[in-house]
This record gives sequence, C-alpha cells and structure tokens, in this order.
Amino acid sequence: MSATGAGGQPDVIVIGGGIHGCSSALHCAMRGMRVLVLEKDYPGRHASGVNAGGVRQLARDFAEVPLSVLSMALWHRIAELVDDDCGFTSDGQVLVAETEEELTGFRERVRKLNDLGFTHEELIDVTELRRLVPAVSDSCPGGIVSRQDGAAVPFRATQAIRRKAETLGARVLEGVRVETLARRDGVWTVATSAGAFQAPVVVNAAGAWAGRIAAMAGEPVPLKVIAPMLMITERRPHFIEPVVILRGRKLSFKQFANGTVLIGGGHEGRPNPDTNETILDWAKLAESAQTVWEVFPVMRGASIMRAWAGIEASMPDHIPVIGPSARNDGLYHQFGFSAHGFQLGPGTGAVMAELIATGATNTPIDAFRIGRFQHDPPQSAAAP
Amino acid sequence: MAEASSITTPAELDAAYDLAIVGAGPAGMAAAKEAAGHGLSVLVLDENAGPGGQIYRAITRSPAPGLAALGADYWKGAPLAADFLAAPVHYAAGTTVWSLAIAAEGSGHEIGVSIAGAARMVAAREVILATGALERPFPVPGWTLPGVMTAGGAQTMLKASGLVPDGRVVLAGSGPLLYLLAAQFVAAGANISALLDTTPSANWGRALPHLPAFLASPYLRKGLALLWKTRRSLRVMRGVSAISAEGDGKLASVRFSKGGAAETLPCDLLLLHQGVVPNINLSNAAGCAQDWDETQLCFTPRLDAWFESSVPGVAIAGDGAGIAGAESAALRGTLAAIGAAFRLGHLDAVERDSRAAPVRAELARMGRGRAFLDHFYQPAKPLRIPPQDDTIVCRCEEVTAGMIRAAVAHGVTGPNQMKSFLRCGMGPCQGRQCGLTVTEMIAEARGLPPTEIGALRLRPPVKPITLSELASLPKTEAATRAVVR
Repeated sequence: MSATGAGGQPDVIVIGGGIHGCSSALHCAMRGMRVLVLEKDYPGRHASGVNAGGVRQLARDFAEVPLSVLSMALWHRIAELVDDDCGFTSDGQVLVAETEEELTGFRERVRKLNDLGFTHEELIDVTELRRLVPAVSDSCPGGIVSRQDGAAVPFRATQAIRRKAETLGARVLEGVRVETLARRDGVWTVATSAGAFQAPVVVNAAGAWAGRIAAMAGEPVPLKVIAPMLMITERRPHFIEPVVILRGRKLSFKQFANGTVLIGGGHEGRPNPDTNETILDWAKLAESAQTVWEVFPVMRGASIMRAWAGIEASMPDHIPVIGPSARNDGLYHQFGFSAHGFQLGPGTGAVMAELIATGATNTPIDAFRIGRFQHDPPQSAAAP
Repeated sequence: MAEASSITTPAELDAAYDLAIVGAGPAGMAAAKEAAGHGLSVLVLDENAGPGGQIYRAITRSPAPGLAALGADYWKGAPLAADFLAAPVHYAAGTTVWSLAIAAEGSGHEIGVSIAGAARMVAAREVILATGALERPFPVPGWTLPGVMTAGGAQTMLKASGLVPDGRVVLAGSGPLLYLLAAQFVAAGANISALLDTTPSANWGRALPHLPAFLASPYLRKGLALLWKTRRSLRVMRGVSAISAEGDGKLASVRFSKGGAAETLPCDLLLLHQGVVPNINLSNAAGCAQDWDETQLCFTPRLDAWFESSVPGVAIAGDGAGIAGAESAALRGTLAAIGAAFRLGHLDAVERDSRAAPVRAELARMGRGRAFLDHFYQPAKPLRIPPQDDTIVCRCEEVTAGMIRAAVAHGVTGPNQMKSFLRCGMGPCQGRQCGLTVTEMIAEARGLPPTEIGALRLRPPVKPITLSELASLPKTEAATRAVVR
C-alpha cells in the first residue's frame, strides 16, 4: 500500500520530529526538496522539547567545535531563519573551575582551541568569574567563558523550526511509527503504522529510537537509551545571567528571566522507550542538589518545583553519528547527540541538507561517521 | 491494646512496609485499620498535623468555640479517627509525599517523603493513594484579586483555626458543598450578604431521570435539611451567571447577571466554589491511567473492582478515585485494603470476597442518588471555560484564556504542548488550578471530546521540596539501598 498523499512522492523522508529532524526538513525544504517528516509522537515530545535549552559551544569535544560554531551563527539569526526568536538569549556560558588543578586543565584547553583557530572560549580569572557570576562560591578560582553562548526555549524552538519547514512545503505527520525500511531500485519504502511512504532519500533522526531505525537498515549501532534528568526551582530573585556548568561534578545551572532556576548536568534516570515513560533517580538528583548547595549558597532555601527526564540517545564516545550510511545509498544518519545536541540542531540540519543536495560538505564531520562502530568491512555486509 | 506509632523523623521509618497509605482522611484511615487487621505492616503518610483529611480536618482536637457550627456530619469522623489511632500502624503526620514510582530493583514501589525537613525514600510492596479531592477551578474575571478565595479554603481556616471571616461575605457557585459551607459560616457568625447560586436551570432536565434514586438515597435528608437551613438564614439568589470580581488592587464588589440583568453587590470577601474533583496529582505523576468522566467533568483514575490502578500494586481510594463523598470514601478505603491484603497473600480469594461483600453492599447504598447530584450540579460551561480572553486561567504563570485559544489556533494540540509553549501548569501548583480548564478549553477550541485531549502529565516532586531537603536524601548507591532495600 502506498500513502504518499496529496503531496506526491517526497524527495526526502525524515524519521523523527525532534529539533534535528525538523532542522533537516527545514534546510532540505529551503533547498527546494519535497520533505516528509514521520514522527511517532509529536515534534519535540522527547529530548528536543524537554532539555535544558542550553545553546553552548563551550566545553565541547574538539570534534564537535566546527559544527557547533556553524550552528551558533544560525542561532544568532534564528528569528530571521524561522520567524520566531525561539526564546534565544545570549548571556554567555561559564565553565567554572572548582579547583586550581581544574583551572590548569582549562588553560591548556583554551590554548589548544586557539591553536586550532577557535577563539570563542576565553580563560577567566577569579575577578572576571566573580563579575560574571557574583553568587558563585568563594572557593572557585576561575573558569572559561564563551560569551556568544546562551539558551533558548527547547519546545518553542523545535516547534518554530517545524512550522517554518511546513511553511516551505514540508509535511509533518504526527503519531506515525516506522515499522520497516527497505530499498529497491534506488527508492526507499518506509512502512509505518499509517501505511507505506517512498522516497529516494531517508534521514534517520529518530533520537533515542534511531538505533532501531539503523538496525532496520542492517546497520546496528551501540546506541544507549538514556534519560538525562533536570529539575527546576520556584522563582528566585534574579542573581545570575550566564549559564554555568561544571566539569568535575555534573552540573549545569541556568536562571530564566522569570526567576526560575534550571538545574541539570547529566545525571540519568531510567528510560522506557517503549512506553515513553521515565523514572527519576532521586539519589542522583540529591547529588545535584548537594552540588548546588555547595557552589551557590544563595540557593540553599530554594524549593524544587518539578523534575523530569527526556529520552535521548547516547553513543559510547559521546559524540553523534552524522553523515551518510556506510552500507546503504540514500540513507543518512543524524542521531546519538549524547545529551548535548540541542545547540547543534540548526547547524546539523544545514549540513545534512548540503550533503543530500551536493554529496559533500565543507564542515568537518568525519569524526561522526557511522563506520566508526562497524568493525567488519562495510562492503561485506552491504544491503541486498 | 495496640495503637498507632507516631513517626516524627525519617530515622524512625522502617526500611520497607507491606503497605503505604498516602492520606489520613476517611479513605486512608479506614484502609489503615482494615490492613492492620489482616496483619500487614502499614505506614500512613499525611501532610496534616492530625488525622481526618479535609472533610474531618482537626477531628481529634477538642472542639473550639465555633466548631459546633460544623454540624453532625463532621463529628461522624470522630469514631473513624479513634479506630485509626488505635490500629497498629506507623503514622507519619506533617509529612509531605512528593514522589511515587516503581522501585528500581525487584517489585514494589519507592515513595519520596519529607519529614521534619529531611527527605527519604521509603519502600512499600503495595500503595493506597487516598489523596482526596480538591476544588474545581473557578476561572472568572478577577478571581485572582486579593479578597477572592475558594470556599473550601475558608472552610479549612474555620476547621483548623476557628477563623470566621470578617466583613461582608458573598458566596458564589454551585454544588452541595457550597450550601454546607454556607450553613457552617452562618452558624459560626459570618456576615453573609448573599449566596449566588450558579446552577444552570437546564441541569434539571439532565438530572431528572436520576431523581427517583436520589429520593430514596441518604443524600436527600441531608440535602433538604441544609437547603432549608441555608434558605432560612441567608439571601440566596438563583439563576446567577457571568460572575466577575471587581476592585482596584483588591476586591470591592462582585458583578453578576441574573435573569439577563447585571447586578453588583459590594463585598469584602468573595468565596467561590463549584464542586470538587479528584486530586490525581500523585497518581498521574506515578503513571496511573485516567479517563475523562463525562458526568463529573474531570479526570478519574482507571480502576478495577479493588480500586487497583493501571500500575500494579497502586490502588486509589476515596474521592481521589472519583467524587463520592466521605462515607463512600471510608468504604472504598476498606475495599482497597482488602484487595491489597489479598495481593500480598494475607487473604485468599474466598476470604477476600466474603469480607468485602457487606462493604460493597453498603457502598452501593451510599452511591444511590449520586448520579442526580452529579448531573444537577454540573457547573455552567462559561464558568469552566472562560469566554473572556483576558481572564486568567493559570494563576501561577499568569496565562490568560486568550493566550490559550491563540496557542490552539497556532497548532498546539494538547495540554502538555501547551505547558511547554505557555508554561501553564508549570508553576508551584503543578496544574492543580488550571489543568482541567486547559483541557476543556483545548477540547472546545478543537471540537474534540476532552478524553481525546488528555491531561497534563505531572512531574514529581508533586509537592515542592527545598533544595536542602533534597540534598539531605542519602546519595550513594549503598546508602540508598540501605534505606530502600
């Protein structure tokens, strides 16, 4: 059965309506491609809609830096790109050193980045740290600031990108679950809970469920489904502008304009990707609470209003899978962002569209190739 | 004779219990007594200082002057509370329950509690949620003005502290409780200018088929006595619609329509009430399935004959299982405890069923007449779904009806997307005050039944806890296991 609908056969089927799927749909549509997005729940239901909203180049794996810098440029003109500012603000992000030893490591990191030609991270001393983050504990000796960084409202951003893609002709189907993938004569048939769809190109942007899609295409990956937890406080008097992150202990910390303070940092709960449920691990959230208690004494009396977790994909090396399939023509992967993919959304979509349209990109993405997890020679396992 | 042991610090908690009961109102008290009778180890967690819940609040304290005003039905709670306090259970009063989830290892459940400023996780093989009811939202223009409060809130102050409102009081709304509250306030000496009854006259038609059962029910005597008492002692205006609270910075008057004409009454306190709905925050956050009740116009948890929810081992009794009143709540608590005792192997199926039979019969008797009340007191649609765009719906985040309608027009399809989009339901009340309104507004705007729109997914902590409390939770895996086991 075929159910391609009124739009006719699309050029590209994107599986997954998170920020990455929607961004690839948008950039493909901007290049004139007909795009169909298949989303099993609703766009932004999982990690893309409920993450901490950090828009961060700071403290990234060196392999991600060029892509992150590209994406940052798009964030700074996001309102122009998607007709909505996505709640994006640019008050900087600060990586706080808790010890002199940590600060020494940071100095080395900034030097290496500068050698590679990147200047967005600046080492700061205790004076500048106290100026940027007056509430930080006296014991912290310095840190790194990335002044162009900031934060956005995740669900709003994902929705805005989706809507702009739709304005440009992309179709987004909600509540449609992909069941099988098969390729014949250069065309993919994607069988779903709502019938089959066909297109020459498929993008796997299925987040925590991307491992299943990759396996359907005969390309299994060691993807781990995770549930990073976040919690938010009641409104507090305004005391901090930039987003603050720690390296040694897991913490990210952000006060919104309304005064609420978001506390995250990557402690994980228990996900159930079959039911969409997550169960929180309060002992680990208590560790986050303890860290905040120590680093921001001003927060000790704050009330926690809500805690939650999003369902996300993590790779063993904590960097994503981006680029063409190693085994199938016309299949592209875009997943495994390992709980730091929100900022990369706009840029990665642009790179995917470039790859699909031109077969190449100037942005270095080789480190993200899926083949890094395939130890047998690719040609021996080529799809039939 | 055995008696309940008070738990006042986390250190006094056992590592694990057969049964944890959340709430010490009629359902929780009855469940505790029943379960202890079958030999279960029972922990009762309740946020109030003493047993009784909302309906029998402060029942174990000696009657203060003015409390006689609460009436004979209130004092029915006294023997229930006495039985509960005589049962061999652990009873943690003044305790906040902020999380309920399936335990990480093995079977059973993990409950997050705060006692005396410190947090702990407690393990229980079975859980009965007896979290009762809360007042239905009453989103009308001006309902956020100082001087406007819920009638139930005022009743809480009367019961807990003997506080009687000063100045000119107007009560407005509908539902059997409104008349009870009016009678209690009159008896306590409040100066009530008027009771504005917003029950739509069209409800008579809907309720009429259920009238015979109501006439034969225990509600009738109670209801008539109340109505008689209230009518005699205060000015009741019926057929009222389009209520709004007015004033500059604080309440000065209430404006309303009656028979097509606008009227204004000056007042110092406006008490709003249009019925109660199940308090499902904890069951919702624990993942218990729930359905829209077309008659009571609210979400109720999906339960089996033993009040067990879709989450195995979590039962829901009392008004939290659907509004049925205090006496039914106690019976449902008893049945839920019998079900838990059976699942834990303390009763076989024959013992369970024979033990339950008379309770079920009594519950059926108590339920007679309920359908009439549910239909008769359905609140008017314009008082549930604000027609004016500038009426606040989410008080915590100051989200208006117009913003919600605009978001639906923008493609927001459900309350969870709405929450992400507008923050409604994200404030300290966790959607208690706006959840139903938001679902009904989206349903109306999209032309779909509320059951297809669904409810806000609630997130723990269901009640706020402080950062310091959370930091006090044992953190290492070994420490957690020592506590949770």
